[in-house]
Amino acid sequence: MIEHGFEPVVLWTDALFFALLVAMAGGLWHAWRSPPLRAQWQKVTGRATGMSAIVVLLAFLVIGVLDSLHFRAALAPTENTSQTVYSTEVNSVLDLLLARQRQENERTYSAPLATHAYVKDTIELPGGGQAREYPRLRYGGAGLGEGGDAHREDVLERVAIGIGLGAAASVAALVLVGAGVGGPLTLLRGRTRLAWRAAWVTFSIIALVTGVLYSLAQGYHVFGTDKVGQDVLVLTLKSVRTALMIGTLTTLVTLPIAIALGIMAGYFGGWVDDVIQYIYTVLNSIPGVLLIAAAVLMMQVFIELHPEWFSTAAARSDARLLALCVILGMTSWTGLCRLLRGETLKLRELEYVQAARAFAVPTPKILLRHILPNLMHIVLIALVMDFSGLVLAEAVLSYVGIGVDPTMASFGTMINAARMELARDPMVWWSLAAAFVFMFVLVLAANLLADVVRDAFDPRAG
Amino acid sequence: MFAYLVRRLLYTLPILIGVNVITFALFFVVNTPDDMARMQLGTKRVTPEAIERWKVERGYDKPLFFNAGVSGTARVTDTIFFEKSVRMFAFDFGRAEDGRDIAREIRMRMGPSLSIAIPTFLLGLFVTVSFALMLVFFRATPLDFWGVVLCVAMMSISSLFYIIGGQWLISKVWHLVPISGYDGGLDAPRFLILPVILGVISGIGSSTRWYRTIFLEEISRDYVRTARAKGLSELVVLFRHVLKNAMIPILTGVVVVIPMLFMGSLIIESFFGIPGLGSYTIDAIQSQDFAVVRAMVFIGSVLYIIGLIATDISYTLVDPRVRLQ
Repeated sequence: MIEHGFEPVVLWTDALFFALLVAMAGGLWHAWRSPPLRAQWQKVTGRATGMSAIVVLLAFLVIGVLDSLHFRAALAPTENTSQTVYSTEVNSVLDLLLARQRQENERTYSAPLATHAYVKDTIELPGGGQAREYPRLRYGGAGLGEGGDAHREDVLERVAIGIGLGAAASVAALVLVGAGVGGPLTLLRGRTRLAWRAAWVTFSIIALVTGVLYSLAQGYHVFGTDKVGQDVLVLTLKSVRTALMIGTLTTLVTLPIAIALGIMAGYFGGWVDDVIQYIYTVLNSIPGVLLIAAAVLMMQVFIELHPEWFSTAAARSDARLLALCVILGMTSWTGLCRLLRGETLKLRELEYVQAARAFAVPTPKILLRHILPNLMHIVLIALVMDFSGLVLAEAVLSYVGIGVDPTMASFGTMINAARMELARDPMVWWSLAAAFVFMFVLVLAANLLADVVRDAFDPRAG
Repeated sequence: MFAYLVRRLLYTLPILIGVNVITFALFFVVNTPDDMARMQLGTKRVTPEAIERWKVERGYDKPLFFNAGVSGTARVTDTIFFEKSVRMFAFDFGRAEDGRDIAREIRMRMGPSLSIAIPTFLLGLFVTVSFALMLVFFRATPLDFWGVVLCVAMMSISSLFYIIGGQWLISKVWHLVPISGYDGGLDAPRFLILPVILGVISGIGSSTRWYRTIFLEEISRDYVRTARAKGLSELVVLFRHVLKNAMIPILTGVVVVIPMLFMGSLIIESFFGIPGLGSYTIDAIQSQDFAVVRAMVFIGSVLYIIGLIATDISYTLVDPRVRLQ
């Protein structure tokens, strides 16, 4: 795909996503240096559920990051131009890794690991004449020959290879991590301060699944193909980025508004409080989905009427994704704002804040040094708790038709397509099942992490 | 109480005005009526005359806020803002793209919507509160632990999957109820039972966990210890004392659910082909019918505010200490 060089493309969501990752790394670095924060994080990573959830989320994050490194490949040079021409298609590193699966499109539906199509078709018989039969897939099990013999043996062999690969990665992780925590045996006995054993078990499960999927994907469509013959595994993996973007970038929009307005309302009181309370009551009293619907509808019209703003299809669907994040953020800051307002009301009456005020410390400094740091635990809890809700909301919105661009892979668009497939007879279940499993694992991990973080950071719980 | 209600109702007015201004800004400042006309008529090969005709037909040819071309109060009333926004306060929503009267359409679709939303809401409340009480009764046992695990798992599943799965299993495989559709009268329950059940199930996870937390908080209070010290059985303590005293947080949580009820039935109605307000909204979104979407936003916020006031009133019913002044 990139034989002739490439040009990196940074989409808006990519830039924000990486900025967020850098900020998160900075936050962790800060937490590591401050003993009380480090103790709280050790509570999170000391729990088996917390550690497992983190490992699962990191695995999804890797997929998201790989899919966020975008580029445009250079086209083969032609004789009459010396200038390099770049393809109009924007690809990501993940696309590069899945190049084979992306190119091997079948004609239409095929079941997971199938060698023959799912519906009968009229095919020409070798000796002349026609027959209604299940035609042989072009790529699924292509190594097996025309009849698809030894299908079962081939699949089992690939599964065995995959398990081998996964087990190798698991053992390597055991040795590497074990060396860091005082030997693999200490890790296996679970005698470490952080829950490394849980992390290792989770990693091993992911490694085994990935190994088997990888090994099978070299010869088959592991999750089958959809209506236009696209590999469902590819669609599912591409959907991960969309879910992550919605879950993380939305909070990026929410946080500054919620923090600034919440602190202002709580600290200054009076008419500032009245105005801010009025704003969030108004926003709150519009049912979220309707406000989102109205805003997305407007955005859609705007994008469609100004095609000149977007050079590629990717830029266009990216603009829509970003707009969706902004809109979701604008409708979801009110809850956090109210929490922060209440907490600030409490904090401003505490002695040390009163003392600072008596010493005539400038107000911005009080807000920054005394109020804000003491609100961060609420912010963090709200952040992790909101993530799963946003991922679920994306699916619903895309299903309703006001989510991401219909051409963009997302769990919502996959489910939407699957709705038609369920009505078919025999039923096409695999794309729905794939979306279900990936989404469930992602949201479950996020929910579990949210629980552990809340337990560790909520002062009331201790 | 009466004075309080009047004041609350007056207080809702600025909120509704705020809602109205926001939606107006969304619909007419981001895109001009010309843009809307072009979208409706199709972006390609649309003549200026056609756009003009579209605008005149729907009353979008007037100025936004101030009409300098006429005299008297008409300067303010003969504008898009007055025609399309201020009139909403009188529940005059105008006409949809297909020429039908929106207010009439809403009146017709309210019945089916309520016949789904109300049973879902009440049944859901009953099921989740009972489930939560059961978990609290068996607290710190394996039953409690696995119950919470089940709740977390259930809330990690998108509501879309509950609907798709339920529809497939109950209607398509077992043929128990029709897959979708709606009919009034005695036939209605046949069509409503599945959407109601699925609506309840999809809410079990998060609600049960929420109620369980409330009950656990309540159970550590002094009065509960006193009640136990008197020798009351755990069941009596839970149902007579804890449940009663947890009513206020429950009611507060219920208000949060009211807009969600709207959202939930939005999807359920479109899945099951029930001609209610939810499916009306979705159809309007998909056909980009701005007038209908705006009307629904307005109605939605009115419902939400009514819900808030109703909660305040219900506080006085469950807790005599609460006085509304």
